[in-house]
Amino acid sequence: MSETLLKTIFGRLTLDSFPIHEPILVGTFIAVAFGGAVVLGALTYFKLWGYLWKEWFTTVDHKRIGIMYMILGIVMLLRGFADALMMRAQQAMAFGGNEGFLPAHHYDQVFTAHGVIMIFFVAMPFVTGLMNYVVPLQIGARDVSFPFLNNFSFWMTVSGAVIVMASLFVGEFARTGWLAMAPLSGLDYSPDVGVDYYIWALQIAGVGTLLSGVNLLATIIKMRAPGMTLMKMPIFTWTALATNTLIVAAFPILTAVLAMLSLDRYIGTNFFTNTGGGNPMMYVNMIWIWGHPEVYILILPLFGVFSEVTSTFTSKRLFGYTSMVYAVLVITILAYLVWLHHFFTMGSGASVNSFFGITTMIISIPTGAKIFNWLFTMYKGRIRFELPMMWTIAFMITFVIGGMTGVLLAVPPADFVLHNSLFLVAHFHNVIIGGVVFGVFAAINYWFPKAFGFKLDKFWGTVSFWCWTIGFYVAFMPLYVLGLMGVTRRLRHFDDPSLQIWFIIAALGALMIAAGIGALLMQFWVSFRNREALRDTTGDPWGGRTLEWATSSPPPDYNFAFTPVVHDLDAWYDMKSRGAVRPTEGFRAIHMPRYTGAGVILAGCATVFGLAMIWYIWWLAALSFVALLAVAIGHTFNYDRDYYIPVEEVIETENARTKALAAGA
Amino acid sequence: MSSATIPPGAEAPIFYETEEHHHEAGASTMLGFWLYLMSDCLIFAMLFAAYGVYGGSYAGGPDQRELFELPLVAVNTAMLLFSSITYGFAMIAMDENRKGATQAWLAVTGLFGLAFLGIELYEFSNLIHEGAGPWRSAFLSAFFTLVGTHGLHVTFGIIWLVTLMVQVGRKGLIPDNKRRLQCLSLFWHFLDVIWIGVFTFVYLLGVLR
Repeated sequence: MSETLLKTIFGRLTLDSFPIHEPILVGTFIAVAFGGAVVLGALTYFKLWGYLWKEWFTTVDHKRIGIMYMILGIVMLLRGFADALMMRAQQAMAFGGNEGFLPAHHYDQVFTAHGVIMIFFVAMPFVTGLMNYVVPLQIGARDVSFPFLNNFSFWMTVSGAVIVMASLFVGEFARTGWLAMAPLSGLDYSPDVGVDYYIWALQIAGVGTLLSGVNLLATIIKMRAPGMTLMKMPIFTWTALATNTLIVAAFPILTAVLAMLSLDRYIGTNFFTNTGGGNPMMYVNMIWIWGHPEVYILILPLFGVFSEVTSTFTSKRLFGYTSMVYAVLVITILAYLVWLHHFFTMGSGASVNSFFGITTMIISIPTGAKIFNWLFTMYKGRIRFELPMMWTIAFMITFVIGGMTGVLLAVPPADFVLHNSLFLVAHFHNVIIGGVVFGVFAAINYWFPKAFGFKLDKFWGTVSFWCWTIGFYVAFMPLYVLGLMGVTRRLRHFDDPSLQIWFIIAALGALMIAAGIGALLMQFWVSFRNREALRDTTGDPWGGRTLEWATSSPPPDYNFAFTPVVHDLDAWYDMKSRGAVRPTEGFRAIHMPRYTGAGVILAGCATVFGLAMIWYIWWLAALSFVALLAVAIGHTFNYDRDYYIPVEEVIETENARTKALAAGA
Repeated sequence: MSSATIPPGAEAPIFYETEEHHHEAGASTMLGFWLYLMSDCLIFAMLFAAYGVYGGSYAGGPDQRELFELPLVAVNTAMLLFSSITYGFAMIAMDENRKGATQAWLAVTGLFGLAFLGIELYEFSNLIHEGAGPWRSAFLSAFFTLVGTHGLHVTFGIIWLVTLMVQVGRKGLIPDNKRRLQCLSLFWHFLDVIWIGVFTFVYLLGVLR
């Protein structure tokens, strides 16, 4: 076949695009292919495809979508953590004559992929999944405002994750660092497909994130149970409201800046180039205007989790609810006023740097207020050291350290020394692991019994907790030391042998974290095996205070047979203490949205479109884009989107709950 | 949101809503669509910001005064403004449940939209022929991206409009379709507002520059 014909059909995809000369990748591919074949084979053998499609993939139930987000987060955590282990191993050995085991070309992809995956495909799915699962239950709603959109958002996120994973075995990923800074990410310096993988993975996943932000925002504003005024909203819902406001107000910025970068790369515009009037610092500014709110998008919902957990496990109302709400809102606003602290070294002058340094330091005030609120909640409370509470205490200690190093970095002169150093790397891992990751584990241990009807095993949970916590300190405290000594980030090889001991300690810490992840998976398995012993029939295993504990575990499809009426903050606690009686008759058929496969198909088209654009396969890009439009339009011709759960089914479900409650009492 | 408060000391507060509780279908749609529009507005904000920064980065190439033909742009602006008025007429007809008139006004709106796009494409192709394509300078990159993104929105608006005409034709002015027409109305007027920004800041101020 002629060269041009091949090019027309396959774009720039050739046999050389498959990394068959890199033993690490080939090994990984064989392992993944084998694992994938086993999973797919098992699904086929046990005839689970129909079940998965009908009950999960096409679901519009916010609870199932929430669970799928969490599973996506865990799967991607394994990938992102594998990257972390490789980096730690490389840096622990690559001294002097030893080049380590990763060539520069590969190492640069590994640190980029680690950052992108951990932020976009681990932390974001976790956060979105938690909000999806918990928020409608906490506000006494039956689903979100736009159930189909919710399903579509989830699959768009999956589509982004699939594209990132594809880069492992076809072509390569970006070698630019997780924000793909221009001009390095421009065509001149990154002519291959890596940055294009980056762009399309984030653009497609970004659509999902934005729409889920719109969805949850509308849900919280419009669908609260009667009586739940804003200041009677559970604190987690408040943080979700703030987070989704940030998502809606920040993600379009990412979309716009990545679109401009793509135009630079695809049609040769001059936004961020060194020539033609372009300005790379524009990229840095714009991406951080999204990037800084993004870190609050990640942490705020977990602040909500810690608040719920602290008040539940000290059996007290949260101390300073009002101040907590205002602290969340102040952080939401300040999130937009600090972006320049990521590049004080740009040279914007003393006045500008001072402004952004001061706004950054001001953020520690509302955050500090929160820490005190949690401490005062615990003060004279009856603290129960269940797993969620343990994670919360580990968070409070760890996050305060991370916060203090953050304030250090906010001082522009100090930042000139520490910019781009391992001190910075230690700082943001300190707050992201100590804040987001610990929070997610607190949340998983806290709400798992709600989602599945049985508690998680405490022994393996404790093992995981200690491995993670100690492992974190062993892995990242050495990086603070190295950073203060002037070691910059993203280095593959070192000449000074005196540094090696610190990297070896850090690698040991990473291994302890690996043990923590292993224990976490073990915890899931053991809990599943012992589920009958761990079963909770009450729906309220922790003595909860908010409405999600008012229904059964797992909740029925419709969440609440009768919508609860809210009179007080901590509505469920109020109901329990004033002897609210759950109605056991008078049920009615319940109006619910119907499941649909359109979301999966749309996201599938988007994946093909993204891959075709990455490889310059224009005919396929055009075809998949038209298909995307056609399916979307076709979906709007379906007016039959809801149905009634028949009253018999509701009665049956609720009677089973009545029986379970009576048996437990 | 009905708020149920109970006086202190009153007995047996209501904790569950046991009466039939009618949820209007799509009650959150308008709010949700507003939120989406505001996020879209931010995309334009970024493109305006980029144009603001790059508006003078000619890289030795042509500037606004050499390139912009105000009379053509004025005609173009008129097309879009007329399309907004006719969309308004379509909404009035919709409120009066006149299906035929609604569709007729929608068709007129679509034609004005197409005229707008046609003139814009004509302008773009002229610029590219003169050697002033988006790759010439950062100024032109920002110009083409801002105006082109608006044009893409109008294109999708027209596709959506045709879809709705078919749906109104098949199902009539049922509540679902009315809600959809209202969303498109918001979208269409939103694009008008953006265009007024483009016309003022890019074209008028550009020529004054």
